[in-house]
Amino acid sequence: MPKYLLLKHYRGGPAAHRPVPPMDQWDPQDVEAHIAFQRHVCDLLAHSGEFVDAQALTPTQTWVRYGGPGAAPVSTDGPHPETSDLVAGWFMIDVDSHERAIELAAYVSSEPGPGGEPLYEWIDVREVMSELPAGD
Amino acid sequence: MNPTEPPAPSWDGDALRALVPRVLAGLVRRGEDFDAAEDALQEALLEAIRVWPGHPPRDARAWLTAVATRRLIDARRSAAARARREVTDQVQPVPGATEDGDDTLLLLFCCCHPELAPASQMALALRAVGGLTTREIANAFYVPEATMAQRISRAKRTLRGCRLDRPGDLAVVLRVLYLIYSTGHHERVDLAGEAIRLTRQLTLATDEPEAHGLLALMLLNHARSAARLDADGRIVTLDRQDRSRWDTRQIAEGVRVLQSALAAQRPGRYQIEAAIAALHDDAASAPETDWPQILAWYDDLVALTDDPRRQDPAAMLGRAVAVGHVLGASAGLREAERLREVIGERHRWHAVRGYLYELGGQGPAAAAAYAEAARRAGTVAERDHLIRQAARIRATG
Repeated sequence: MPKYLLLKHYRGGPAAHRPVPPMDQWDPQDVEAHIAFQRHVCDLLAHSGEFVDAQALTPTQTWVRYGGPGAAPVSTDGPHPETSDLVAGWFMIDVDSHERAIELAAYVSSEPGPGGEPLYEWIDVREVMSELPAGD
Repeated sequence: MNPTEPPAPSWDGDALRALVPRVLAGLVRRGEDFDAAEDALQEALLEAIRVWPGHPPRDARAWLTAVATRRLIDARRSAAARARREVTDQVQPVPGATEDGDDTLLLLFCCCHPELAPASQMALALRAVGGLTTREIANAFYVPEATMAQRISRAKRTLRGCRLDRPGDLAVVLRVLYLIYSTGHHERVDLAGEAIRLTRQLTLATDEPEAHGLLALMLLNHARSAARLDADGRIVTLDRQDRSRWDTRQIAEGVRVLQSALAAQRPGRYQIEAAIAALHDDAASAPETDWPQILAWYDDLVALTDDPRRQDPAAMLGRAVAVGHVLGASAGLREAERLREVIGERHRWHAVRGYLYELGGQGPAAAAAYAEAARRAGTVAERDHLIRQAARIRATG
């Protein structure tokens, strides 16, 4: 069973299919519906036996690199170009096939936005490298 | 029903865990190494869970001591065979006292050794004094069991050779217990409940008012825990909680413990925070909250530190809310503004500003502050709550 990460982004990726304002500017009932849907996805995956993990990341990003022998690490806290990717969180799933991962990603993307209409959010689908199988 | 589950035990699991610090302290007092004794007892506990349902012991404490001792002897034999054990490594026993309460104190000083990082102090206290298994502790902190096992064994290696004949720093113990409490209430392991249990044990061993103050603080806050989240897991702020869901028995006990602590006339951070919690608990409805008295306690809390640069920002922020209620929202906002340099990057600072702006009827500013707080929140529940606050205010504003 391959594992996939369904990544959600704060920014980056293809141009938004449906641009929307930040969630704190939505109608309260639309906010509720959106949050309820996220919980529903976790429940659904747990129920189908496909859930591995779900996490959300804060938007703060720091790039760090080795500073060289005896030197402090070099870091940059941004701000980074608005075009750069910023991951917001993920669902990790364990599914039968690539097709199933795509199907679930599309379902995640159908999450309700303003007016209860789907967000059409781009979901970044990434396969997790698996363990070496038993030898033949 | 899960067929792999063992039959219901004929013995009381809480009683078993209550024996852990007693048995362990007994072994340590006898001169056993804390590290080895703790391992041996952990094995004895697992053995107990396996054997007792079929063969309940006559004297549980003696049984655990005997099995742990046997493990220690086995371990020593194999160690001797490797001829590597150093006798000088042994933890020195504390002479004298043999009361159960002192056992807890001795072990807590040991687990909360200043050389250990807070994460290790918490894990060790939960295992050695709380009697939790490594798996339960790993679950509570959302790390793999192997990671937690390694963290515990590294912590115990650090403790090797530490003499335990001096009392440790009670302030560190209290901080660790409070940290366990604040780490929270998970579905799988109720850490807040564990912290209360440990602190209750500690108060049997010391008259120090701050230890009793901490127990009172935990009880008075925990009393509201059923009302803190709604059925869908949404945060419900204090002013909107269903107060009929507060645990009046815990409140009564908290108030009793607090009064006995305050009677010693040696105030400290935990007693004062407990007094503030008690005033919130005492209000039949949010508008009936005695804000002037809460502000007076906050003044005392802030006055504990002479140096304004070393003031606790969380206390100052709490005070700003109280100022907002007593002297008006703009006065509260001025207080909060003074903290911008110190905690202006933290979500809580923005959330308090949102609260005070709303209190002052400034909807748009409140919504903007809540939205800013949401962007900085460190938990999903808080982030969602703050987004809801912003959306609610924008919709009604």
